[in-house]
Amino acid sequence: MMARRILVTGAARSTGRRLVAALAEEPEVAAVVAVDHREPPAPFPAKVEFLDTDLRSPALVKAVESAGIDTCVHLGVSAEPLAAGGRTTMKERNVMGTMQLLAAAYHAPDLRHLVLKSTTAVYGSAPGDPAVWTESMPFDTPRHGFGKDAIQVEDYVRSFDRRRSDVTVTVLRLANQVGPTVDNPLTRYFELPVCPTVFGFDPRLQFLHEQDTIRVLLRATLGPAVHGTFNVAGDGVVLLSQAIRIAGKPPLPIPEPLVGSVAELLRRTVDFSPEQVGFLQYGRVADTTTAREQLGFSPKWSSPHAFEDFAASRLRKLVTQEQVTTVEREALATLRRAAGWLGGGTRPGGAR
Amino acid sequence: MTAQEPSRCQALTARGERCRNPAGPGGLCALHRRRLEAAAATEAGNGADPGALAPFLAWAEEALEFLRRRLLGEYTVDEFGHDPDLVEHVLAPLLRPLYRHWWRVEVRGLEHVPDEGPALVVGNHAGALPFDAMMVTLALLDEHPARRSLRVLAADLAFTLPVVAPLARKSGNTLACSEDAERLLEAGELVGVFPEGYKGLGKPFRDRYRLQRFGRGGFVGVALRTGAPIVPVAVVGSEEIYPMVLNLRRLARLFGFPYFPVTPTFPLLGPLGAIPLPSKWVIEFCPPIPTADLGHEAMLDPMVVFDLTDQVRDTIQQTVHKNLLGRRGVFA
Repeated sequence: MMARRILVTGAARSTGRRLVAALAEEPEVAAVVAVDHREPPAPFPAKVEFLDTDLRSPALVKAVESAGIDTCVHLGVSAEPLAAGGRTTMKERNVMGTMQLLAAAYHAPDLRHLVLKSTTAVYGSAPGDPAVWTESMPFDTPRHGFGKDAIQVEDYVRSFDRRRSDVTVTVLRLANQVGPTVDNPLTRYFELPVCPTVFGFDPRLQFLHEQDTIRVLLRATLGPAVHGTFNVAGDGVVLLSQAIRIAGKPPLPIPEPLVGSVAELLRRTVDFSPEQVGFLQYGRVADTTTAREQLGFSPKWSSPHAFEDFAASRLRKLVTQEQVTTVEREALATLRRAAGWLGGGTRPGGAR
Repeated sequence: MTAQEPSRCQALTARGERCRNPAGPGGLCALHRRRLEAAAATEAGNGADPGALAPFLAWAEEALEFLRRRLLGEYTVDEFGHDPDLVEHVLAPLLRPLYRHWWRVEVRGLEHVPDEGPALVVGNHAGALPFDAMMVTLALLDEHPARRSLRVLAADLAFTLPVVAPLARKSGNTLACSEDAERLLEAGELVGVFPEGYKGLGKPFRDRYRLQRFGRGGFVGVALRTGAPIVPVAVVGSEEIYPMVLNLRRLARLFGFPYFPVTPTFPLLGPLGAIPLPSKWVIEFCPPIPTADLGHEAMLDPMVVFDLTDQVRDTIQQTVHKNLLGRRGVFA
């Protein structure tokens, strides 16, 4: 196997850092170029060259062209407007950044493989959606926010795919990530003291464990290159109400007319973009058969297990399993005593 | 914490089936472990003998165990949101009195519904609220030997209304679209469809037992593509639960509803008027119509689709008429 030279964008964020570290451990990887516009919290391992630059800068173009990069892993699409410094900057980074990166990649002579980390958010969340999305189903374009950015990014990547037929393009649409360390708007939502929900709705959610995120990215980057678009999520689904109970938090149902103002509050505290409120109302489930069959990837963690792991390692539960079990046992013991006293006394031939 | 599926409880339920609860220490779920402990305690003479109250105690035990599971989120729903635990312990017990005592549902032809594997159950639809779909579902769950869960394809409105939307999914329904229907059938599920839709539910009382147009035959296309047999089901009784004399179209439009029914009692008597009338119900499943042997060309031929649609509709219409004649009176 030829020594691999891999470029990773969004490398300073949590997923990026873990992927870069995992890639650096692989013997077949000769070099990793880690790109981000901000410094990583800890320095990268030896094989890694950190490029402190925005995707839109000419330094990136030079790096892609000159470093003999054979694989480009694009993780740099962000769902967090507040962290990016506003929705405009986020859109600018997501969409323009991707365009610049692809423009540079178009002229990279050694490039053979492009991996895009996308999201199941491209499908949107609506009551009229099919229950389970496959990659080939047509979907309405989400009209704003992260979902819209993700679709535009995918569109640019597809047009790149047509122009550079010698490059294998793999698009991974990941479900919401949870785990002991990953930090995103949804994990912050479950870390709130109470979880606001839309009254009268209980969406189906899918989760992907952060270890599986790295596993699928490694598989797509280092394994045999597979062309196509793949949904990636843990098996099974978790209802929002169920997730909140597993998290041991009290839910706070908000009537639909008031949802707008609470959403604004959520936007400020956990950095939700508006379409994610729709996600908490209608949910979304994606089919992962294609990833299993064509990419050969099956997640190790099911959606419920991934969420349980996240809840066990990160959340301070208000309602614990021990409490509930104790209350149940005591209620039952009281009932049994009462029944023994009443029932035993009235039974014909019973001890009187 | 491991990533593996949790193992299931080793005990048998009262119905003699394998318990579906996740197992704890000793290979038993919390409920069965406690039962075992209680039995041991009684035998040792420590626990008081509940005597005549034993059935109540068993019920309370199961109810408490259910509450514990719900509070801790220890249950599984499928990818469509179907929650069998909730159906078994809450939703079905709520509907059962209506089924048994209010409408005294009589079921025929259950042998035409397969014990396993896919089938498309197609029925007539009437009565302002989709009680007929719920009763057909309950008939299959309670009276079919294989206790099959019918996965009903419901109108989009069911998934936009608060409170209704999650209940619709949890009770096993999903949106009426060919993607969902085919996915369920390919998974070997029993799928229910009421092709008259709002036209059937919202038709005036004078049109009772006259079946409306059967959509555009989309259900036939689904059956042909998946090779699932079609089982027509004729429901008698649902037409009289809310005798709709008037449809306030403007008011309906205001609320975003497909129709706004006026019955002799509703909205005149307010919420009391919304109590359905206790008509006598007969649900008959008809012999299945196979589609697997029609071949691949059939689904491209609109004539085949039209013919099959008419065949299903006629079967249901005739069975409805036959059972109407056999019924002694509307409320008998």
